[in-house]
Formats: sequence, C-alpha cells, structure tokens
Amino acid sequence: MILSEASEKIQQRKIQSERRKCNIKEQLVLQSLVIPGLIFLAVFSYIPLMGIVIAFQDYDLFLGVRGSTWVGFKQFIDFFGSNNFLKIMRNTLSISFLKLIFGFPMPIILAILFNEIGKIKIKKAFQTITYLPYFIAWVVVSGMIISLLAVNNGTVNNFLISLGLINEPVNFLSKPEYFWPILVISNIWKGSGYGAIIYMAAIAGINPELYEAASIDGATRFRSIFVVTLPCIIPQVAILLILNISNILNTGMEDILLLTNNGDNAILNGVSEVIDTFVYRYGVKLQRYSYATAVGLFKTVVNVAMLFSANSIIRKLTDTSIW
Amino acid sequence: MILKSRPDKILVAFSYIFLVLFCLTILYPFWNIIVISFNESNDTARGGLTVFTREFTLENYKQVFKDTRLLGAFKISALRTIISTFCATLFTSMFAYGISRKQLKFRRFYLKYCTLTMYISAGLIPTYILFRSIHLINNFWVYVVPWLFSAYNMIIFKSFFENLSDGLIDAAKIDGAGEYLTFFKVVIPVSKPVYATLALFVAVGQWNSWFDSVIYITKSELLTLPALLRQIINSNTVEQLLAQLNVSATEAIVSKISTRSLSSATMIVSVVPIILVYPFLQKYFAGGIMLGSIKE
Repeated sequence: MILSEASEKIQQRKIQSERRKCNIKEQLVLQSLVIPGLIFLAVFSYIPLMGIVIAFQDYDLFLGVRGSTWVGFKQFIDFFGSNNFLKIMRNTLSISFLKLIFGFPMPIILAILFNEIGKIKIKKAFQTITYLPYFIAWVVVSGMIISLLAVNNGTVNNFLISLGLINEPVNFLSKPEYFWPILVISNIWKGSGYGAIIYMAAIAGINPELYEAASIDGATRFRSIFVVTLPCIIPQVAILLILNISNILNTGMEDILLLTNNGDNAILNGVSEVIDTFVYRYGVKLQRYSYATAVGLFKTVVNVAMLFSANSIIRKLTDTSIW
Repeated sequence: MILKSRPDKILVAFSYIFLVLFCLTILYPFWNIIVISFNESNDTARGGLTVFTREFTLENYKQVFKDTRLLGAFKISALRTIISTFCATLFTSMFAYGISRKQLKFRRFYLKYCTLTMYISAGLIPTYILFRSIHLINNFWVYVVPWLFSAYNMIIFKSFFENLSDGLIDAAKIDGAGEYLTFFKVVIPVSKPVYATLALFVAVGQWNSWFDSVIYITKSELLTLPALLRQIINSNTVEQLLAQLNVSATEAIVSKISTRSLSSATMIVSVVPIILVYPFLQKYFAGGIMLGSIKE
C-alpha cells in the first residue's frame, strides 16, 4: 500500500517536473522572441538616457563621462541667463502656436467637406491628392518652396507682379517677416490631408439616423454639420488638441533647417532658431556637448510634464487614456 | 434620403470649389517642378515659365543620370530602404508577437519598458555620443541599425496579433509547431495587411530620411539621395544669391545647365518611387492609422 502510494507520488513528481521542464523550455523560447528587442532598447534608448548626466558636466569627448569634470547646474544657468534663451523660447512657442492655430482646424474642415461630396470616385480623387504631400520628403518640399519663391522667375513673384501687387520681385526666403508664414503654410500644405484621415474615420462612425433625425427636425445639411457632425467628433478633436498642445516644444526641425541652410542663415536666425535647431547647432556643429544636452534635457522635462498633465486632462474628459 | 434643399446645393458647391482649389494648390508645386525639369535650361532662366514647357528637352535628366554621385546616392538610398524595411519589420514584429503571447512572463513589465521609450528620449547629443562610441558615425549601418525597433510600430503589430483568433495559434501548437514555426508559418501569412502597411511606412520614411545623413555622415560616398539633392538645391540658392549681387554668376547660369533645372530633375527622380508605391500606400495606410488608434 505504502509502497504503491510512494511510487505513485514519485511518478506524479516526475510528471510535474517534466511539465515544469517543458514549461521552462517553452518560456525560454517565448523569452527568446523578446530578448533581442529588450537588448536593443537597452542599448539605443536606455544607455543614451544615462548619457544625460553630461548635462551636469563639462564633457570632453576624450576624457569621457567618467573623466569629465562635474559642474552641477552651470550649463542650465548659462542657458537660462543667455539672450538665446528668450529668443529661442519666443520662436519655438510662436511657431508652434501658429502651426496650431492655422494648421489644426484645416484637417477638420477637409474631413467635413469630403463628407459633403456624394460621388465616391470624386471624393477618392480629392483624398488621393490631399494625402500625397505627407509622403514627400521635406528636402523635396523645401526645393519646391525655393523654386516657387525664387527671386528670378519664381511663380509666386511672377504672379504677384502680374497682378500689380508688387513692383519688383521679393526675396521671400531671406526676409525674416515672411519666415513664419512660409513655414506654417508649407506645413499645412504637407500635413492637412493626412491629418484629415482620423476625422474621416470618426465621421464615418456617426450613426446615420442622427442625420435623418436632424433633417426631420428641419435642419439643413449645412446646419447638421454643426448639430450632428461636429458634436460627434468633439472627443477626437479634444484629444488631438490636447496632445498637440502638450507637444508645443517639439516644433519640428527638418523644415526649419532646410529653409535656413541648416540653421546657418544669419539673416533668418532671429526668427528661425528653435530649441531643436539650437541643440543641433550647438551640439553637433559647435561640439558644445554638455551645453546642448542641458538644453535638450530642459525640453524633455517640460515635454514629459506637459504630456502627463495632458493625459490626466484627457482621462477626466473622456475616460480614455493615451497609455 | 438626403433632402436636397437650396442651402445644401450651396454647401455642396462650396465643398467642390474649396476642394478643387485646395487640390490645385497641392498639385501646382509638383507641376512647376515637372515643367522646369523638362524645359531647356537656358530657356527656363529667361523666366515666365509657369504652366507649360516652352522648349521640351530630356537634357536635364540625361545630366542627372550621368552624374556618378547621384547614381551612388540613389544606390545608398535604395539599399538602406530595402535592408531597413525588411529587417525592421521582422525584428519589431517578432518582439510584438512575443509580447502578444499571454504565457510570456514579465510581459507587463516589458511593455512598460518599451512604451517608456516613446515618451522619454535622451535627445540628440547623448545619442550622437553613443553612435560615436560604437562606430556608427560614417558607417552605412547607421541608416539601418537605429531603426530596427520602433515602439510605435510594435504596438500596432501587437494589437493586430492580439486580435487574431486564439484558435489559429492553438491549432498550430496542437500540430506540434513551436513558437517560431507558428510565427513564421501561421501568424505572418495571416497578418499580411499589417505587414504591408508598416513596411510601406518604414520604406517611405527611409527613402525620405535626410537628417541622419546630415548628423552622422560626412563621407560623400555614403550620402543618401535626399542629402545629395539638398546639396544641389543649396548650390542653386547660392547661385541665385550671386546673381542677385550681379556677380558674373549670371553668365554661369546662362552658359551651362542651371542647377535649378538640375535640382528639379533630381527632385522628380527622388519622388517617382514614392509615386509608384503610393497606390499601395493609400490602400493600406488608412487602416494602419486605425490600428494604431485602437491602443488609444
């Protein structure tokens, strides 16, 4: 009796341990799927994060992180005390706000107007055209801008002269007062169509009965934009608006660098220098590594704080969260 | 169903007019470049060229394809696009498949570890210093390795894999297939739409990428097409500046193929591959965005 019980126990234990072995093996295989990715992130995301400490040093490439002298908050104090700080904050915030004020409504307007086009083929054609610029490199877009605004025979100058609005060609790309409008318009040109997709999907999800009910109540198609369409897409609008606002310090820099000769255009510098271009110029070009890292860290900290508050606002408003 | 009263007609008419004008504004810059690229260079310099070519020529394109630098840049761009697209989608999706398996231990931690990198990044300089220390500066692989993994794409893959029916994977398991076999033989074939979407996005991003060759590359033989195009466009503006200052560069513009014509032709050459994949992109990307927003 006892013997058989014991042997049964041993048998069970054997099965269990085999199953565990099998589980461990399966688990190892599963882990092997994700380990390369984890290592990748450790190297390319987390090691650079530790590199942020050089913001508190006077980093020397040859001495490395360990050998360089610690200077505490010196780089930050230098930055906040310099004339550059006010200039680049003004430019960063102005460009972001202008992009937001003029660029944010455009995709919504496009989506609503797409929705009014009854003929599906024509609607498709409109959409195909408006999405296209999103997939064109900024380098090419900047080439187009330079060509269109050229002083010698640029279409814009030719057009304005033929209308009699100007008497001689204007060099739009070296006049500081035109820089922000050019930047904002080219961003609208490039991104609006693509930005409309998310609203198109939201509009497609609206219950058609709502439109019927509105029309029975005597609302015209025009009026139902305001009583049905817009109220229904308000959640998407609110979330994207909050996210955009929380991204305010990320002005984007390819467009700016490309229109200012990699930031070297001295005439435009007063209006074109933003945090990102400043970090690039001081860090990569002038090799002031610690200073540039400090400026970058300042941006990251503000960004993260903004994102967290944005998330809590979104959570309060809509019960959803971005993570 | 839709009542056609007077104000509605006005609205439809307004929509058409607005969208037609908007589309023309989108298309005109392309058209302008096309016209310049096919027009005889000296003739372009005379000015007044707006809607149609005056002296049609293929000379500008001949010049472009004669230029060995350009062919080299084209090759670098094509190589980085093909290698990156293949490696990045495979690498990212493999991770996503692992994360999508419920049996994976620590998966919540892994996911946090991953998404954190979407919100907090070290910034340009620490990344630059890292690349320097692992010899990625002036190295072709700087175009490929840093892009192997994208947390954003990983989440899109993951939500797609999680929506696959469990029965599918269980059936493969019962047949004795391991995780890898299941992934390659069952999961990838049924996930073609999401692979197509993300591969196309990675490819377009790679093809268009300019800034990385500005920061990390100084060797001219490693320049990508956008980087070289940028140099050509830049010499164009320099020429214009000289012309404005009435230096003898005006002569230079008239005497040889102007960089304006040359840069226009190069722009077209670099845009054509995008236009070629655009129908496929359009077929998939709307769905791709939606997949991404499932998470939100």
